[in-house]
Amino acid sequence: MAIIEMTDIAKSFVVRRRSTGWRRHRREVWAVDGLSLSVEPGEFLGFIGPNGAGKSTTVKMLTGILVPTSGRLRVAGVDPVRDRRRLASRMGVVFGQRTTLWWDLPLQESFELLRQMYRVPTQRFRDNLTRCSDLLDLHQLMPVPVRELSLGQRMRGELTAALLHEPDVLYLDEPTIGLDVVSKLAVREFLAELNRDRGTTILLTTHDLDDIERLCPRIAVVDHGKLIYDGPLVELRARLSGERTMTIEFAGAAPEISGPGIRAARIAASRLQLTLSNEANVPALTAQLVGRGDVVDLAIGEPDIEEVVRRLYVASKP
Amino acid sequence: MVDALRGYALVASAWARAAAQYRVSLSTMIFSTLLITGLDFVEILIVFANTHRLAGFTVAQVAFLYGVAATCLGLADLLIGSIERLGERIRDGSFDAMLVRPIPALALAAADRFSVRRVGKLIQSIAILCWALAALDLGMTLERVGLLVLMLASGTVIFLAVFVVGAAFQFVAPGGRETMNAFTYGGGYLTQFPLAIYGRHLVQLVTFVIPLGFINWYPALQFLRAPDPLHLPAALHYLSPAVAALLVLVALGAWTTGLRRYRSTGS
Repeated sequence: MAIIEMTDIAKSFVVRRRSTGWRRHRREVWAVDGLSLSVEPGEFLGFIGPNGAGKSTTVKMLTGILVPTSGRLRVAGVDPVRDRRRLASRMGVVFGQRTTLWWDLPLQESFELLRQMYRVPTQRFRDNLTRCSDLLDLHQLMPVPVRELSLGQRMRGELTAALLHEPDVLYLDEPTIGLDVVSKLAVREFLAELNRDRGTTILLTTHDLDDIERLCPRIAVVDHGKLIYDGPLVELRARLSGERTMTIEFAGAAPEISGPGIRAARIAASRLQLTLSNEANVPALTAQLVGRGDVVDLAIGEPDIEEVVRRLYVASKP
Repeated sequence: MVDALRGYALVASAWARAAAQYRVSLSTMIFSTLLITGLDFVEILIVFANTHRLAGFTVAQVAFLYGVAATCLGLADLLIGSIERLGERIRDGSFDAMLVRPIPALALAAADRFSVRRVGKLIQSIAILCWALAALDLGMTLERVGLLVLMLASGTVIFLAVFVVGAAFQFVAPGGRETMNAFTYGGGYLTQFPLAIYGRHLVQLVTFVIPLGFINWYPALQFLRAPDPLHLPAALHYLSPAVAALLVLVALGAWTTGLRRYRSTGS
């Protein structure tokens, strides 16, 4: 049985804006617009989409913070809003941009408080805490108040806090945002192990395509509150990786370049931007470039996540 | 309910332990609040430097009114005063963190940043109440003791409820802290003096609309055996516990409504 089941979930907000004079305009904005998604226990799902796509709103509905405007939502078999507090013991949440810990309390004190709050048996608590602090290198940080931790340190603390009560589902809302490379790798490794060894279901929201590539076999892409892709990452890549961009700087004026599968745009007098699809004949293109101009610099860009999503969105439009 | 109290106690004691680590700054802060709130009473003394009676009340009687109201407010403020920061919590998003815990959000919000520092105000109020009792030199019969306990308990509960209503209001207007303060601290200030000095309309307001008059005024009339300058029914003197209970229901209703609104509108 699926652990997360969303059927046609929608969420609208009313935005009030004062325009000219005293009249106020009420406008209904659909943050999530008919989302259906089902996640099996033990899955590691990457949940991606551009800013304002409705990712955070979806996570808030899944955790019972927000009530869906319409649709049917079940997590671990229960309605997250009605059974919020019961579900709380079975889920862990990390909001990358804000803390769920107590700002002025030392890390150790925050963990102890959570142990009592979730009624975690002492021995299990100790085991879990030791395991997390070993893997995430937290031992030195225990007496430090949360406000004095660096972002990376805090994030490792947040992750530990979310896992002390051994939740079945873990929601991560951009947990690697702003982390340095070392912290990022530590967090990734830790998550992969958690999913593999404990079978914890993880829903990861991120802007970082690297996170997704390392961790998530399956991804769901949302934009404008709608699901526009749901499936294996490999398939999405195959579908979209055909398009690459190439920016070329010439010594003089940029020459005309053309060929099958090549779109050229002149972005400066001496600079060209080429978009190459799968059909592009790269050897022929290279020959053209060398023959027609003096290439000074050349950069190849892989599509970033915003670009992938944009293309997906354009492609999904009728 | 048990969950709520247990959760409140857990969080509040964690905060108290954290604060106890900085003992020096804690005692300095208690002392400074003591000093600042002490000025409140100086104001009453200044009034009495110019007159012997205020609406028929002596300085000891006014001190009693002040002592009761301030003790109730001090207790309520010590227990759940930090709930007035709910608007800030909503705006910076940390209220969401309270909604993912297995504890009622009201308990978490009330215990948030629990601070023993606020005890300064309470100490000062209790001291004045004790002085007033000594100066009044009334026979402390069993009835009087009972009435005093009931008065303090109901008054505290009334202020607690007013705090919660004020917090619930911030779900609608997250900048509503000032408005809320007008009722909590403003109410505290209002009840320092005999209500009779304010005139009939305001007394009606604090009797029937925002029942602050039941914190000290009506039960104190009974306690002091003072004639009611406004000649309202004597039955009001005993209504404080009932009013407190009613206000608790109103407060819980307001909180639930506010929370539901928050969760359906988002932040």
